[in-house]
Amino acid sequence: MNKINLLSCFFVIYVLSTTHVAADVLRVAVASNFYPTMKLIAKRYELKTGGSSGQQHKVVLIPGSSGKHFAQIMNGAPFDVFFSADEERPRLLEKEGKAQTGTRYTYALGKLVLWSPIDGFIDSEGLVLNQKDFRYLAIANPKISPYGASAEEVLRSLRLWDNMQDRLVRGENITQTFQFVSSSNAKLGFVAYSQIQNPSFFLRGSFWEVPQSIYKPIQQQAILLKDSSIGKEFLSFVQSDESLSIISKSGYGLP
Amino acid sequence: MLNEFDISALIVTLKLASVSTIILLLIGTPIAWWLSQTRFKFKVVFEAIIALPLVLPPTVLGFYLLITLGPNGPVGGMLESLGGVSIAFTFTGLVVGSVIYSMPFVVQPLQNSFSGIGRRPMEVAATLGASPLDRFFTVAVPLARSGFMTATVLGFAHTVGEFGVVLMIGGNIPGETGVLSIAIYDHVEAMEYSQAHWLSGGLLILSFIMLLFVYLFNRRFSIMRSGD
Repeated sequence: MNKINLLSCFFVIYVLSTTHVAADVLRVAVASNFYPTMKLIAKRYELKTGGSSGQQHKVVLIPGSSGKHFAQIMNGAPFDVFFSADEERPRLLEKEGKAQTGTRYTYALGKLVLWSPIDGFIDSEGLVLNQKDFRYLAIANPKISPYGASAEEVLRSLRLWDNMQDRLVRGENITQTFQFVSSSNAKLGFVAYSQIQNPSFFLRGSFWEVPQSIYKPIQQQAILLKDSSIGKEFLSFVQSDESLSIISKSGYGLP
Repeated sequence: MLNEFDISALIVTLKLASVSTIILLLIGTPIAWWLSQTRFKFKVVFEAIIALPLVLPPTVLGFYLLITLGPNGPVGGMLESLGGVSIAFTFTGLVVGSVIYSMPFVVQPLQNSFSGIGRRPMEVAATLGASPLDRFFTVAVPLARSGFMTATVLGFAHTVGEFGVVLMIGGNIPGETGVLSIAIYDHVEAMEYSQAHWLSGGLLILSFIMLLFVYLFNRRFSIMRSGD
């Protein structure tokens, strides 16, 4: 194929790919831990809108860490809705005028579990933490991940934070923390309950659901960034009973 | 401005880059020499393998390393059964990752310089009675010094800039596996943009100076050689 043919070929591909998404597209930045759940919800939403109006809405999901999404939104990223892993970042966006005031709400409560891929390693009261029969305990980085901050809170309540320091390995987010444990590089770790509930993951090993008396459940909040009817429609769909049952089945608490 | 973790990240990073560069030169030199001299038919296969880290996302390498080094992986399992300990989440683990990751940046400039020498200087030295090892150190190495310079600086700089691999196998332990690039990432994630600026700006200037140094040296060297 000569050069001109190749160029026109790329041009055709380019035109096809851009015109295809010219319809109603909603870009949703979503916290990595909620991404699997959001995929299910978005699919339902697309099916639903396709039936009534004939014009199917398309939801494009952008998974990532909430800190990164925050920095991108502050610098003009073209997202319509933001589902954060915490409540601080949506609140800041609202304050900075980068989001629609009054649209912020808690969509899910993140729950923490202590999980190990080894059967019977973790008892029903988390006493395994005291026995210290492990080289590494994985947590998400408390400085940047709300799940990590909760893990720190749990260890502090148990008075184990200080003497656990030399055993801690930190994932940059809860997904990476999960990887450390599932690959057995760390024998156990604090991960999100939703992660071990994920249907695409075959649960093995043992876990301890950390009681809510020793940490505050993680308030995961969402906010509308750009004022649009489709954005509002999507946010209210996420609050519908149909979505709430998906959220709850995925291992999150409901607000 | 900089907190204690930033300082320790800086120290770990410089230590990692230095150790990795030394190991890379020790391993990379014989590989590069062999590649430059051999007429082996399947040499291209080795060249392609060494160049892989250039095109692969570092996360791919990190992900594979995490799995291989883990207790269930081939390498980690073997170490464990021999009574050793897993090297994931250790400084040693980072060195292993960095050596693989920065290998092409050391081997390729060395191989180019060795090839550039040609066969003649080596043959002349041989007729004068120099042994192969003697020929290598007294003829090939001095003639390839610009290659060594480039290899050293690129290997070092590329290891300083490493992110995906250490992210996956490091575990961000302060003073052990917490490096500069991750400290910057953490500052951005934590919305501490001024600290992120300090570290990023510092790294930018450092990298620029290192590269400037390479280009200056190579330019002077080539002028010197053309003047011979």
